[in-house]
Amino acid sequence: MRADWEVVIGLETHAQLATKSKIFSGSSTRFGALPNVQASAIDLALPGVLPVLNAGAVECAIKFGLAVGAKVAERSIFARKNYFYPDLPKGYQISQYEIPVVQGGSVTIHVDGVDKTVQLTRAHLEEDAGKSLHEDYHGMSGIDLNRAGTPLLEIVTEPDMRSSAEAVAYAKALHSLVVWLGICDGNMQEGSFRCDANVSVRPKGRKEFGTRCEIKNLNSFRFLEQAIEHEITRQIDLIEDGGRVVQETRLYDPDRNETRSMRSKEDAMDYRYFPDPDLLPLEITADAVARVRAGMPELPQAMRARFEAQYGLPAYDAATLTASRGLAGYFEAAVAAFGGDAKLVSNWVMGDLLGRLHEADLGADAAPVTPAMLGGLLKRIADGTISGKIAKEVFATLWVEGGSADTVIEAKGLRQISDSGAIEKIVDEVLAANPKSVEEFRAGKDKAFNALVGQAMKASRGKANPTQVNEILKRKLAG
Amino acid sequence: MFEKSVAELSRALGSGEVSAVELAQLFLARIERFRAFNAFLDMRPEVTLAQARAADRMRAEGRATPLTGVPVAHKDIFVTRDFASTAASKMLAGYMSPFDAAVVENMARAGMVTLGKVNCDEFAMGSSNENSAYGNVANPWNPGAVPGGSSGGSATAVAARLAPAATATDTGGSIREPAAFSGITGIKPTYGRASRWGMIAFASSLDQAGIMTQSAEDAALIFNAMLGFDPRDSTSIERASEDYTRDLAMPVKGLRIGMPKEFFGKGLKPDVEAAVRAALAEYERMGAHLVEISLPNAELGIPVYYVIAPAECSSNLSRFDGVRYGHRASEYRDLADMIKKSRAEGFGPEPKRRILIGTYVLSHGYYDAYYLQAQKVRRLIADEFQRAFRECDVIAGPVTTSVAFGFGEKAADPVEMYLSDLYTIPGSLAGLPGMSIPCGFGDRGLPVGLQLTANYFEEARLLGVAHRYQQATDWHRRMPGGIA
Repeated sequence: MRADWEVVIGLETHAQLATKSKIFSGSSTRFGALPNVQASAIDLALPGVLPVLNAGAVECAIKFGLAVGAKVAERSIFARKNYFYPDLPKGYQISQYEIPVVQGGSVTIHVDGVDKTVQLTRAHLEEDAGKSLHEDYHGMSGIDLNRAGTPLLEIVTEPDMRSSAEAVAYAKALHSLVVWLGICDGNMQEGSFRCDANVSVRPKGRKEFGTRCEIKNLNSFRFLEQAIEHEITRQIDLIEDGGRVVQETRLYDPDRNETRSMRSKEDAMDYRYFPDPDLLPLEITADAVARVRAGMPELPQAMRARFEAQYGLPAYDAATLTASRGLAGYFEAAVAAFGGDAKLVSNWVMGDLLGRLHEADLGADAAPVTPAMLGGLLKRIADGTISGKIAKEVFATLWVEGGSADTVIEAKGLRQISDSGAIEKIVDEVLAANPKSVEEFRAGKDKAFNALVGQAMKASRGKANPTQVNEILKRKLAG
Repeated sequence: MFEKSVAELSRALGSGEVSAVELAQLFLARIERFRAFNAFLDMRPEVTLAQARAADRMRAEGRATPLTGVPVAHKDIFVTRDFASTAASKMLAGYMSPFDAAVVENMARAGMVTLGKVNCDEFAMGSSNENSAYGNVANPWNPGAVPGGSSGGSATAVAARLAPAATATDTGGSIREPAAFSGITGIKPTYGRASRWGMIAFASSLDQAGIMTQSAEDAALIFNAMLGFDPRDSTSIERASEDYTRDLAMPVKGLRIGMPKEFFGKGLKPDVEAAVRAALAEYERMGAHLVEISLPNAELGIPVYYVIAPAECSSNLSRFDGVRYGHRASEYRDLADMIKKSRAEGFGPEPKRRILIGTYVLSHGYYDAYYLQAQKVRRLIADEFQRAFRECDVIAGPVTTSVAFGFGEKAADPVEMYLSDLYTIPGSLAGLPGMSIPCGFGDRGLPVGLQLTANYFEEARLLGVAHRYQQATDWHRRMPGGIA
């Protein structure tokens, strides 16, 4: 970005709520069913049908409001947003307009080692539209109403972000929060979490905002970043060439990495919002909020602080382990099963476990090595039964074959050799077989000592207790 | 048998004097004979007779309710599985619903037998039934007079004894006005008492189902089966079910009847005023006290109504776009053209007029001045009724300024037509229960209705007050000539 320009970004995010049924009908919200099999009379907007609000969607909104420190409105209003489109069966979308259910709040992001708070304007409940399918119908369009009526929480920020990196950091923080809360599955490919970005630029130091453009439907973090970057360049180029930014809605084309105009402010639709007379105002009592609060999971920030204090973990470890609720839960369960040094658990979780989870594209909940199994393994490191190196081998076996650390150690004969007589015998053999290294050591080359330790470990097939090998070797070389 | 009330038919069915099948056949034959009234839009005798046979079985098996086997006609605003549901619009010609409306369901559960679907103004928009896409309905009292609207088919069906009862809906007077014009009893309950599930929506915050019958007693019997909480309608009110016949025997001695002075002013025709005042005198004779009350903002009811109702209708009718069901234009250039042409061809002039008004008042920059302002005045009118009910128990007055007008008389001037609902709209805006009962005859021998309005949830009392009058008079038993 050019140094004399400042970028201003606000995001609107649609998070699909993880309820089993739709927001105003009993139809399933499962993804991927055959077209229109999850469209009831209500979703089809047949004559005479009426909406009934799904309490589960409201609970999701309350959870979100509490998690971002927002006001959960005691009374909010569902409104009709009127426009014609074939995949909008009623000719209006039920949304919230003047009085949303969640008001204010904030999300903290970390960019380049700095914490920044992004203020939220609001979050409101609404229903999704269906889908128009333009392929395979020989010049006609198909309509799939399976998605029509799926509950969404639209989360709107203040224009608080100043770079694409901040926008992406916010989107990621929000994504992990809604997934953490269990209110959204976070699946971006399936459209469960999608962003619109409002972007404007202004000369550095100017107070007034520039004219903004809205970029629609960014369904990956990479597209979000690319679209914003592209839009920043486009706007600055335009202004520097003496032009003016026109307020409009633009669509990002990831294939060409460009945004193009969808509609200008002049053709902006008049949605003729008014309160939906089929739905009473949504009233949320203090009791209802208290009930949801009691069932809230510990939030990532609080958990991170607790991990540092309770387990004495470095900030980096605490942040990594609290990236998801599943991983954090895994860690705590493994600590409990192990009963020893939490840092050792953290190293294993961040190392071998995360590596293999990534490789297999699995969540911590689905790890073949359970926290109990890992705890059992770490116990054997701690009591000297196996070395850390052997433990990696045991872990790999556990991952594929299951069982317990103890059975694998026994079955494969991996128990560490701590019998000093046996180790002395190995060391004697190594010294006899490597006179050159012994000579080099005596000549003052410390490296040769390590080579001898390596040879001794190799001779024991890794099972010799390394501390004892060190001691015995030192003693023998000195003698 | 055809002239009998629901209560009488119930007794005849109970004693075995007549079977449900015989009654169904009798009324189906009458409907056929009086086809010229154009009250019915869809009849399927095989469906009706199957329901009648099932009703007779219910009775034989000892599962009968007081209504089992009693025939009923349904306004074509209620969707039905077994009969086409058109809202009297070309838009829904031949439309078959996959489900029954809640009130249809409730009445079927009680064993009532559906005779067919009756005509009405298109999407219940009108006061004369002249807005039906399927033609005018005759007023059996005078072939040149309108039956009233929007529930004109329901009114004529009951007045001509083509059905002992017919469902109806009231948004601004669509039950009370046709009941008055046709000399029958019509009642709308408190908003929220009848489920709106399966009622094709016109103005959701006002639409309420009710019933047309010969008498208050009949309406009470049917309300027992028809009303009740329905979780499928978020505006349905959750209250314990009650017996609407419980106050039928309650004397009116000491009852305070409020007469809104604004309803007896300029515009009220002398023939109507005379009949209404005579009815009030009858109540006085029975021991009730007449109290003058004031509803100063009631006159704003019409402008308020013609902002709110069209606003809601413009949105409610958006679903009729030719995409999923209903009328679709046969030729079009593209999607927008398809939607425009389908709607232009499918809707008649009155829905179009209201869609335009509604779209306008909800538009950016006009919303506050019209819709929001109208909602505030609506609240004032509702508050005014509450103040009035501190001084009286029920409110009584005329239903309409005149007896039924002639076909074409007001059709050219929408505003003149809208004024027909001057006395009924305020109660609708407040969501109060209201009814019309026959109280005499006016010019050209046409019936006059007395409007009775009670406070929220006081339907039982309202029906009791009406029943006392019907015990003392016989206006409600009078029948038009030529229908025997």
